[in-house]
Amino acid sequence: MATEVKVPTLGESVTEATIAKWYKKVGDAVAADEPIVELETDKVTVEVNAPVAGAIVELVAGEGDEVEVGALIAMIKEGAEGAAPAKEEKAEAPEESKKEEPKKEEPKKEEAKPAAAPAASAPAASTSANTDHPLPPAVRKLVEDKNLDPSKIPATGKDGRLTKGDVLNFLEGGGSAPRAAAAAAAPAAPAAPKPERELREGEERVKMSKLRQTIARRLKEAQNTAAMLTTYNEVDMTNLLACRNQYKDGFEKKHGVKLGFMSFFIKACTTALNEWPAVNAEIDGNSFIYKNYCDIGVAVGTPQGLVVPVIRSAEKKSFADLESTIVDFGKRARDGKLGMDEMTGGSFTISNGGVFGSLLSSPILNAPQSGILGMHKTQMRPVAIDGKVEIRPMMYLALSYDHRIIDGREAVSFLVRVKECIENPERILLDI
Amino acid sequence: MAENYDVVVIGGGPGGYVCAIRAAQLGLKVACVEKRGTLGGTCLNVGCIPSKALLHSSHLFEEATEHFDTHGIEVSKPKVNLEKMMARKDKVVDSNVKGIEFLFKKNKVTYVKGAGEITSPTSVKVALLDGGEETLNAKNIVIATGSEVTPLPGVEIDEKNIVSSTGGLVLPKVPKKMVVIGAGVIGLELGSVWRRLGSEVTVIEYLDRILPGMDGELVKQTQRIFAKQGLEFKLGHKVTGAKTGKSGVTLTVEPSKGGDAEEVKADVVLVAIGRRPFVKGLGLDKVGVELDDRGRVKTDEHFQTNVQGIFAIGDAIIGPMLAHKAEEDGVALAEMLAGEEGHVDYGKVPGVVYTWPEVAAVGKTEEQLKEEGVDYKVGKFPFTANGRAKAMESTEGFVKILEDKKTHRVVGAHIVGPAAGDLIAEVVLAMEYGASAEDIARTCHAHPALGESVKEAALDADKRAIHM
Repeated sequence: MATEVKVPTLGESVTEATIAKWYKKVGDAVAADEPIVELETDKVTVEVNAPVAGAIVELVAGEGDEVEVGALIAMIKEGAEGAAPAKEEKAEAPEESKKEEPKKEEPKKEEAKPAAAPAASAPAASTSANTDHPLPPAVRKLVEDKNLDPSKIPATGKDGRLTKGDVLNFLEGGGSAPRAAAAAAAPAAPAAPKPERELREGEERVKMSKLRQTIARRLKEAQNTAAMLTTYNEVDMTNLLACRNQYKDGFEKKHGVKLGFMSFFIKACTTALNEWPAVNAEIDGNSFIYKNYCDIGVAVGTPQGLVVPVIRSAEKKSFADLESTIVDFGKRARDGKLGMDEMTGGSFTISNGGVFGSLLSSPILNAPQSGILGMHKTQMRPVAIDGKVEIRPMMYLALSYDHRIIDGREAVSFLVRVKECIENPERILLDI
Repeated sequence: MAENYDVVVIGGGPGGYVCAIRAAQLGLKVACVEKRGTLGGTCLNVGCIPSKALLHSSHLFEEATEHFDTHGIEVSKPKVNLEKMMARKDKVVDSNVKGIEFLFKKNKVTYVKGAGEITSPTSVKVALLDGGEETLNAKNIVIATGSEVTPLPGVEIDEKNIVSSTGGLVLPKVPKKMVVIGAGVIGLELGSVWRRLGSEVTVIEYLDRILPGMDGELVKQTQRIFAKQGLEFKLGHKVTGAKTGKSGVTLTVEPSKGGDAEEVKADVVLVAIGRRPFVKGLGLDKVGVELDDRGRVKTDEHFQTNVQGIFAIGDAIIGPMLAHKAEEDGVALAEMLAGEEGHVDYGKVPGVVYTWPEVAAVGKTEEQLKEEGVDYKVGKFPFTANGRAKAMESTEGFVKILEDKKTHRVVGAHIVGPAAGDLIAEVVLAMEYGASAEDIARTCHAHPALGESVKEAALDADKRAIHM
């Protein structure tokens, strides 16, 4: 009796994944809960474990294939020895796998064949984002047939409407956006799909992983949506360094984890977020959503790209909790073992470019959040203190924010508050 | 004592009166100067309106004479009471003309009856019809004096035996034999009127085809239809002289490329070779307004002449010499004068021939597209396949839609058939929005209506017409 292995729930609004790597091949033995495949999704890499012990009898999708949530990807003959199967089992009628219903959107047809229905070049959208203008009939048909997001297609029609030509050119592969002047003598050959450009000597083409593509897309979305700008300040790390130096040994002894700077910065942020709630808020349609919790995302660089696991209710966690959570996140991020639910739903993000040596930068918002703090390298610099030049360990801070929801005054004041809490950490304790 | 106006429009035709009304709607103080004694210009007085009135009357006469029997309506041979027909036409003209006067009052446009002359970029001197003079001060002056009939050397118009369209609309009796010189819109329309009323009509045309400028296939089919109706065509010929005698007019006709001359006799000759801009008596040379080599007032894309504050629209400038084009010019200019933006796309002005069947077109012809090297596809649908046309006994003609293969936009449409002049409007609107043929095809069209032919032609562009 063969057991099906299906693509598990991957997270909110994630509907498909790419088979990144099969760990097993047909005929291999597997133990229960042994990972058999690595899937790559929008946000994270996920492993799927064998539900039973036995032998792989069929791998239904290949590496690089896109598969939908709930799709069959492998068959395991339970209890079988790891030997080449004598005959292929016929796939059983699919059970209604309702323990993991696909999230909202289109109901997936449970079929006993590989779900080879990747979405087209653009992510599916069930509603037209371009609500100002109704779609012309031919455009609507194309957009629906091909599962396109109209707001992503450059429009050349009257008043910014989409035309059929706009959509077709878009589908032919990033077609040239400006419409050809009707009078210009156009070549007679119909437009062929735009080929990838030829490589020159010494060039190598590497296809972007799904994760990279998604990161790229989300970065642009953030930029295109928010009225994003950055305000800067600098912080004198002297007192913080002194505090840390004084207590680091005792801290490690008691809590089993090193006392770093992040816990201080997180606490400084939660203090400031409490006082400037707009920085912790989110725009949804025509409203702001204010939050009375601080779920702080901490950006971690991995070889696959930047991921941002979230520390829930950071304002309630102790310094030790914060430090140990961060250590755990870092390790699991690098191993590709972060869960989907750990990466979503943050209300504010902290990014530290200083570990790589950055002195000053302007982070991009982590949509749909409205603010992100950029920390940088602490560097000894001459500064003026009481009319005298002193050498102090200084760090530049950057707050990129969405001006649609956060005023300049609020942004600046937030950052000043963070600065105050870092320069005199006791202020966090005293809430002053 | 001179009155101060924001805008003084010289000419009360479709360009002038529409410009004046729009400007007044936008809050400007406007005066409109017209010397004809009535508003409406050529269009209302001696052009569009009277010709359409006669076309309809003559169409009904032909239906009664030739086609009623098919419907089982038996009448004794109908007769034409030309006096009555002309009187009705005059009534239609009169009501239209009075309508414009009413609109002027409603919008508080000052109507100055007289001949206007531009004496400076800010003043217009009017020789009043009632006698005397009046000077109007104007911040902006609009030349909307339209056009006049182009004369034919050697064939002098006396509006009795040799007429222009003006005389051709008021003939005292149905000529036995009529020769129309020029197979353009006006020649064919008036030729149709008199043919229906009983004349033997021959159309002499310099080129090898009728309706110059229109789509080749459209024009070929149209000529065939008119020939079947009894219109005689002498294409590729020119008229070099005319002599009026007791028995009518004798024309000297020879091939356009040169050759032996022949004589053609007629009772009435209609000279309809075209129209040319009319800007006489405006004092343009004194005030320095420049004309181009075709006698049109030179304007930029804001209708501004080379003299600041003096503008020109309609038949007096470049572009199709059509009343609705003049109206669009007038509105665009009025809006610009009021500080807004204005623009007219001459590539989307439809042209209509009000014969029966009607002929209508907008945008590019197949010849133009081929010349421009544009790859296009064609959708065509004959009226013989349209249920409504069959019920109406008017199945001659077709709808043709042209779509650019690269941009997937409709770039032209050509129709000959019943109500073509109305059917074309849908395609003009579609072109304004950059629509594809599929967009038209996926729009619901009422049944049973002539408009379905447009939908089916659009479907045919993608080779999936249902009813063909």
